Amino acid sequence: MNETDPAAAESGRAHAAASDQLLARVIREESARIVAALTGWLGSLDLAEESVAEAIEEALRQWRTRGVPPNPGGWLTQAARHNALDRLRREKRYREKLAMLADPPEAAPLTGEPDERLPLLFGCCHPAISPDAQLALTLRAICGLTTAQIARATLAPESTVAQRIVRAKRKIGATGIPLRIPEGSERAARLDIVLTVVSVMYSEAHLVAGGDAAADRDLADDALWLARVVAHQLPREAEAQGLLALLLFHRAREGARAVDGELVLLADQDRTRWDRRLIAEAQAVLEEAAMLRRPGRWQLHAAIAACHSDTRDGGDTDWLQVLTLYDMLLAYDRSPVVRLNRAVALAEVDGPQAALDEVDALGRALAGYHLWHAVRARMLRHLGRRDEAMAEDLCALELTANDAERRLLEARVDR
Amino acid sequence: MSQYAILIYEDPAFYETMPPEGWAAVVDAHNTFTKQVSELGGSLTGGGALAPVTTATTIKGGGTVTDGPFVQSKEALLGYYVVEARDLDHAVDIGKLCPANGGGVEVRPIVNPSTNPF
Repeated sequence: MNETDPAAAESGRAHAAASDQLLARVIREESARIVAALTGWLGSLDLAEESVAEAIEEALRQWRTRGVPPNPGGWLTQAARHNALDRLRREKRYREKLAMLADPPEAAPLTGEPDERLPLLFGCCHPAISPDAQLALTLRAICGLTTAQIARATLAPESTVAQRIVRAKRKIGATGIPLRIPEGSERAARLDIVLTVVSVMYSEAHLVAGGDAAADRDLADDALWLARVVAHQLPREAEAQGLLALLLFHRAREGARAVDGELVLLADQDRTRWDRRLIAEAQAVLEEAAMLRRPGRWQLHAAIAACHSDTRDGGDTDWLQVLTLYDMLLAYDRSPVVRLNRAVALAEVDGPQAALDEVDALGRALAGYHLWHAVRARMLRHLGRRDEAMAEDLCALELTANDAERRLLEARVDR
Repeated sequence: MSQYAILIYEDPAFYETMPPEGWAAVVDAHNTFTKQVSELGGSLTGGGALAPVTTATTIKGGGTVTDGPFVQSKEALLGYYVVEARDLDHAVDIGKLCPANGGGVEVRPIVNPSTNPF
C-alpha cells in the first residue's frame, strides 16, 4: 500500500470522478485535524465532530462524481465551519456559544502540528468510555468514517453505532475528559488502550460482499493507517512500534489468507502470495522497537508473527521459538485467547495431549468462542478421537458468524 | 476547575465486623485523604459520612414512605466528597486516593442545573 501523500498526488485530477479508496485516504488524512481544530475553536468536541461528520457526508456525495477539489482539507474545514455555525444558530443548547466565539480557524489547509490528532485520539480512547464506544468514536472522529460505514464494517446496527457515538461525545463533554496525551506513569496504560482499539479495528474488518461497495471502508486499511500515525508521533514508545509491526505482518499475509473469498489457514498459506515488502518493513519496525529496550505484549505478538513470516512452508515453523515467545507473552497478557493460541504451539512442541489438557482448562472461559472448539477439534483429531473432533467442529460451526470461516469449518466437517 | 462528587460505595459488612482500632484507622485514612486533595492541586468543598443503610428512609415518587434505601444492593452509598478538579483525569487521580477498602468510589461531575444536562 502506497501511503505517500495521496491528496497532493491526486488533487490535480480535480474533475475526474474519485474512487472510494481515494476518498477514504483523503478524508482520513484531514478528518482528525479538522475535528481537533474546530474543537479548540468551538470548545465542544460534540459540536465539532458532528459538523465535520456532516461535511464528510457532503464530500462523499460531491467528490464521488465531481472529483476531489484541489484543496480537500480547506474544502472540508469550510464546510464543517459552515455546519457548525448553522447548528449554533439553530440549536438552543448551543446558542449562547455563538456570541462567545473567537475568530474561526483558517479555512486554508491545516498544515499545523499533526500532533493535535493524538490528544484527540487519547480522548476518544479514554478508559471512562466503553470499549465499543471507544472504537466507534475513534472511527468517526479520527478516521472520518460515516456512521453507516462503521455499522457495515463492524456488523452493528446503524442506530446502535449512532447512539454509542453520541453517548461517548456527551460523556467527554459533560465529565471533562481532557483531550491530551497522558504523561508519566499514566502513559503506558493509556497507550495500551489506544493500541487495543487500533488492534480491534484491524480484526473487526468485515467486508460485506455484494453490498454497496461504494459505502464500505476496509477497517484494516484504517487501522494500519492509524497504527502508522501513532507510531510516527510517539517514536519512543516501543509498544506503538510493536503494534505497527504486528499489523504489517498480518497485512502482508492478507493476500494468502483469503483466496477467492475463502479463508486459508496459516499452515496451508501459499507463502509466495505474502507481501515481502510489508514483511521487510514490519521486521525493520520491530527491530527499531527492540532497540528501545522496553518489551511489551504488542512487540511479543509481533515477534510471534515474525516467526511465522520467516517460514517457506507450514512445516518449516520454529515452534519452540513460537512457544517461548508465547510463554514470555503470558507475563503481560494471561487472557484465555492468548493461552489458546499458545496451546496450538504447545501441540507442535509437546504433542496434542499436553495441548488438549491446556485447551480443556480454558473451557469455562471460552466455551462460547468458536475457535476454542475448532482448536479442541484439531487436538482430538490428532489423538485419533475422530467422533469427538467432529462434534467439536460442529459446535464451532454453530458459533461462527463469519461466512468465510463457516465454509472453512464446513469443509472440515465434510471431510 | 469543575466540581466532582466522589461517591463512596462499600459493603456495610466491611464496617459492621470491624474492631474499634480498625475504625480509628479508617478515620485516620480519611483525614489523610482530605490533606492529599490539596497536595494534588484540588480542593475539597464538601462531603459527609452517611449513617448505616438500616437508617435509610425512602420516599418514592408518589409520596409513599418506606423503610430502607432507594436501591438494594450489596454495596451501598456510605459517604461522599465534593472536590474541585481541573478535569476528569485530575478528579480520578484524587478519587484513587479516597479510602474505600470495602468497595470503591464513583466519580461524577456536578453540573449547573440552570440548563438541563440530560
